[in-house]
Amino acid sequence: MIDFTLNGKTVTAEVAPTLRLSEVLRDHLGLTGTKVGCDAGDCGACTVLVDGRAQCACLIPIGRIAACHVQTVEAETPLLSRLRASFLRHGAAQCGICTPGMLMAACDLLNRTPHPTPAQVEQTLGGVLCRCTGYRKIIEAVTKANSAFTEPEMVSKVGASLQRVDGAAKVSGDRFGADLTPSGAVTVKAIRAPHPHADFVFGDLAAFAARPGVAGIFTAKDIPGRNAFGVIPAFADQPAIAAAPARFRGECVALVAFEPGAPADLGEFPITWTALPALLSPAAAEAQGAPLLHPHRRENRLTQGRVVKGDAGQALAGSAHVVGGSITTSHVEHAYIEPEAGAAWMEGDTLVIRACTQAPAMDRDDTAAVLGLPIDRLRIVPSAVGGGFGSKLDVSLQPLIGLVTLRTGRPSRMVYDRAESMTSTTKRHPAEITGRIGCDATGRITGMEFEGRFDTGAYSSWGPTVANRVPVHASGPYRTPHLTAHARAVHTHGPVSGAFRGFGVPQAAVWQETLYDELAAKVGLDPLEFRILNALRDGDASGTGQVLQAVGIGPCLEALRPHWQRARTEAASQPFRGVGVASCWYGCGNTALPNPSTIRIGVTAAGRIVLHQGATDIGQGSNTVIAQIAAEALGVPVQALHLIGPDTALTPDAGKTSASRQTFVSGRAAQSAGLALRAALLRLANAGEDAVLLADDSGIHVRTGSDTRQIQLEGLPADALGYALSVEETYDPPTLPLNENGQGSPYAVYGYGAQMVELSVDPDLGMVTLHKITAAHDLGRAINPMLAEGQIEGGIAQGIGMALMEEYVSGRTDNLHDYLIPTFGDVPPIESLLIEVPDPEGPFGAKGLGEHVLIPTAPAILNAIRHATGARLTRLPALPHRILAAMKGQIG
Amino acid sequence: MTPYVRPANLSEAIALAGHGYRPLAGGTDLYPGAGRELSGPVLDLTALSELRGFDATHGLRIGACTSWAAIAEASLPPALRALQQAALQVGGRQIQNAGTIGGNICNASPAADGIPPLLALNAELEFAGPGGKRRIALEQALLGPRKIARAPDEILIAVHIPAAALTGRSAFRKLGARSHLVISIVMAAVNLRIEAGRIMRARIAVGSCAPTARRLPGLEQALTGMTPDQVVIDPALVIAALSPLDDIRATAAYRSAAVVTLLSRLIRECGA
Repeated sequence: MIDFTLNGKTVTAEVAPTLRLSEVLRDHLGLTGTKVGCDAGDCGACTVLVDGRAQCACLIPIGRIAACHVQTVEAETPLLSRLRASFLRHGAAQCGICTPGMLMAACDLLNRTPHPTPAQVEQTLGGVLCRCTGYRKIIEAVTKANSAFTEPEMVSKVGASLQRVDGAAKVSGDRFGADLTPSGAVTVKAIRAPHPHADFVFGDLAAFAARPGVAGIFTAKDIPGRNAFGVIPAFADQPAIAAAPARFRGECVALVAFEPGAPADLGEFPITWTALPALLSPAAAEAQGAPLLHPHRRENRLTQGRVVKGDAGQALAGSAHVVGGSITTSHVEHAYIEPEAGAAWMEGDTLVIRACTQAPAMDRDDTAAVLGLPIDRLRIVPSAVGGGFGSKLDVSLQPLIGLVTLRTGRPSRMVYDRAESMTSTTKRHPAEITGRIGCDATGRITGMEFEGRFDTGAYSSWGPTVANRVPVHASGPYRTPHLTAHARAVHTHGPVSGAFRGFGVPQAAVWQETLYDELAAKVGLDPLEFRILNALRDGDASGTGQVLQAVGIGPCLEALRPHWQRARTEAASQPFRGVGVASCWYGCGNTALPNPSTIRIGVTAAGRIVLHQGATDIGQGSNTVIAQIAAEALGVPVQALHLIGPDTALTPDAGKTSASRQTFVSGRAAQSAGLALRAALLRLANAGEDAVLLADDSGIHVRTGSDTRQIQLEGLPADALGYALSVEETYDPPTLPLNENGQGSPYAVYGYGAQMVELSVDPDLGMVTLHKITAAHDLGRAINPMLAEGQIEGGIAQGIGMALMEEYVSGRTDNLHDYLIPTFGDVPPIESLLIEVPDPEGPFGAKGLGEHVLIPTAPAILNAIRHATGARLTRLPALPHRILAAMKGQIG
Repeated sequence: MTPYVRPANLSEAIALAGHGYRPLAGGTDLYPGAGRELSGPVLDLTALSELRGFDATHGLRIGACTSWAAIAEASLPPALRALQQAALQVGGRQIQNAGTIGGNICNASPAADGIPPLLALNAELEFAGPGGKRRIALEQALLGPRKIARAPDEILIAVHIPAAALTGRSAFRKLGARSHLVISIVMAAVNLRIEAGRIMRARIAVGSCAPTARRLPGLEQALTGMTPDQVVIDPALVIAALSPLDDIRATAAYRSAAVVTLLSRLIRECGA
């Protein structure tokens, strides 16, 4: 029995004294605001104050806490209130999973130093990782938490930096996948392969199942439906629970359900493993005679794609200058701070799964297929999502907990630990890219040959998309009259490669943008001016022959010009200082495939307006942005909308949160729905189009000139959804399929951007210090500039990680201290230049942004390193030892 | 057997250590390797007042459970600046508030941030066990990766810096691929006594390069008599003493070059 003071009140915990404080807070005292990201002190999400000092609650035995004062994010103090408000005002919370840890660490600092410098914030909060924000807005929020400010007017129009509509939850410990435990839920644990390729046999499962505390064992034999899932149905090949052999380290081969409260000990689970020879690189997998991972996929090739326009070979032969080269990139881990977690239960005949996800409708379809259920018997309720970045598009534990609940009839719950999350979920595709680019004597690009090989791992996941999307984007946003681009995805026994912010385009950009710098040097042009000269313009045709409109790359590059000239001049007088630039373009939405979104708005008889929007907000801000768009189209403030978030039982399908499609596609559907409802209301009121709608608790009113009257809804018959009036609008971007040469119009909208990096390299240690990044992004229309900046800063942080530190090695870096992601201090000040070249297809002209922002960062860093040192890096990440070796290669 | 005890009395703690209890200090190394709870029985040392704080009566005694934050915040002579610099780089502030100097030593990671500065201070360890107390030089106690000369029934109670080692200036730096929460590629601590612009005595230690952190006696001798800002380090003296390793963080060649650079800079920093 341990007594201590928790948020000012005495509490008693009757638990084992060596339990972690974090577990006691969450599971025994019901305070789930303290988040667990690693159980190892690596991420700081569980930071609490113990007697006023910040500590990781996952590292403290509860026995030590006796008689201590513990403060968590659930505390109500004047300082916490000011901090919360400052976080929201500055856009410092995105997904919200690290926010409780950030807030508590900030309390430790501000209690001692009410007005800290940015350096003090970095030093004190440096133990908390954030994967969404890039830290800059957190630094600002903490330094200014105790400063006077004027309460911003809550302007909710499109173009206003409205605070997140879900912000209050984000700064008080939102409810993520692990934060709901249904009463009586069994705890589900997975048995996972310890080798990349392994045979296995079970021993006496019945005897293990009969142990006290074990509620059941489930293997591949228990799967009632099709034991193969995959985000692209035609390629679905990944078993929810594998039969022998296991094809990658971390693959699930069995589940054990434990009674609530029973120790979930898998130590003596009866299984015998035999390691089998593994194909760990695409080269090994493509070697003659290599065994096939999937017998029907010859040469272990999952798929390939190509874009062929003109005759690149001939164009290069006739070019004044030609450069060639190769790059290789590593597995990159998404490293969201929330490991996968969720719960399942039955509601009558319906299986309900509440888990973190980016794609509720896809989860429903995939899980229903695995479980042999009709989709109307499965309901997916997304929890708050603690970061996704692409990996939470694929199902993870949904079919597992679904199976346990379906077979036992009991609620179940599963929470991945950090190592499990890292080994079993998808990664960014490692790429090997080679090719040549040419230009004429004036510096105009003549042609490109591009060959990309991607390690797609054991199963298909998003491999096909990488193979399609990459060749389309191979040229970058530059006029390229002759193009031959091939990309293929090759199976190995490595981690499954899937979607990760940019779908293979960032890897291609590393190759193409570093070679463009070489080409510019050959022709004697400034790197920025070379890009401006070649930038795609309205009316130009892309590599796929698509004639483009609303092309924003020129304006982005031109916006960088004064910054570039200033920075290059400064660098010229300082040794080992460099400035680099790189561009991006990115097609929003699925590649040449339908991807509709549907948005519904209903009005009750009492005049309550309800927005049903099924787009999952994984931190990027769609809850806010889509509401802003709908409200603007309808002509009411956002505050007049009552929001219903994603739930397959309550919201129509708004598609997946990927491919930078939510603002554009779901936003466009929301705009149409808002306009349709407005028209219906005005019709009902017999008012003209210029009438003003007013919505408040008393109902909806219409104002024409000086005349204001209530719109009568009470008398209307309720529709099937119970609304007096409702509209549902669908938008599917118009695209044209790609032919056998990759010619067509794969995307309706493209977004563009360019980033400039200023850095220094320590010539003796190969250490890079980033000074500033200036980012110009054409997003068509900034629906919410503060959230847009948040996307830019967060994407840049991930680009920095990809460029300088991130290299996932399965079995070696399955934690957040060996796998390095950027911390406070690794992300320099960022100046965002929001460029608005409106696209006629986008809502209010808006284009996608979320993935674009990561693409230019890594190549711009490499170009700046080369400018600073002359070193040409061809392998990512550019760790200090690789930079130093490249510098020596250059000198030698 | 009680699975968890947190005595306030040292003799009680020593008695328990003799009965198979597992000593627990800050917990920042033991909990990451644990499952849901620590396997026990566990002897929590953090309530022992003898194991906390500083005593400058004879040289400097630092209680083994003194936290890194307390070390960073203490007013200590310039010879301990390197240790204080290291203290601010042991994980983040949460780890510094919980983690202890004694735990860092007993965990004996080749990348333990506290060890090179302590080696450069000729630190000694004081263990207590059923047979009484004993002292051993830190350098001799480092037996290998994760191996320290502590008997299972002993508790590390203090780190001692001899009075003679409390002079001079010191500096520490570790290299990693990111700003915070770094497990270092290379780290080094330098402690110099400088008179009339010349190095009269040098103590140098390097971590993260070899199975244990090491002193570099050959280099220390070679430096004697040099002026800090004109020091030229013979790489052979460094590499022979360390035989750096290749791993995912860096190549051996990089470590060899980086150590030399790091040491040259730290020596200059001490001379400035």
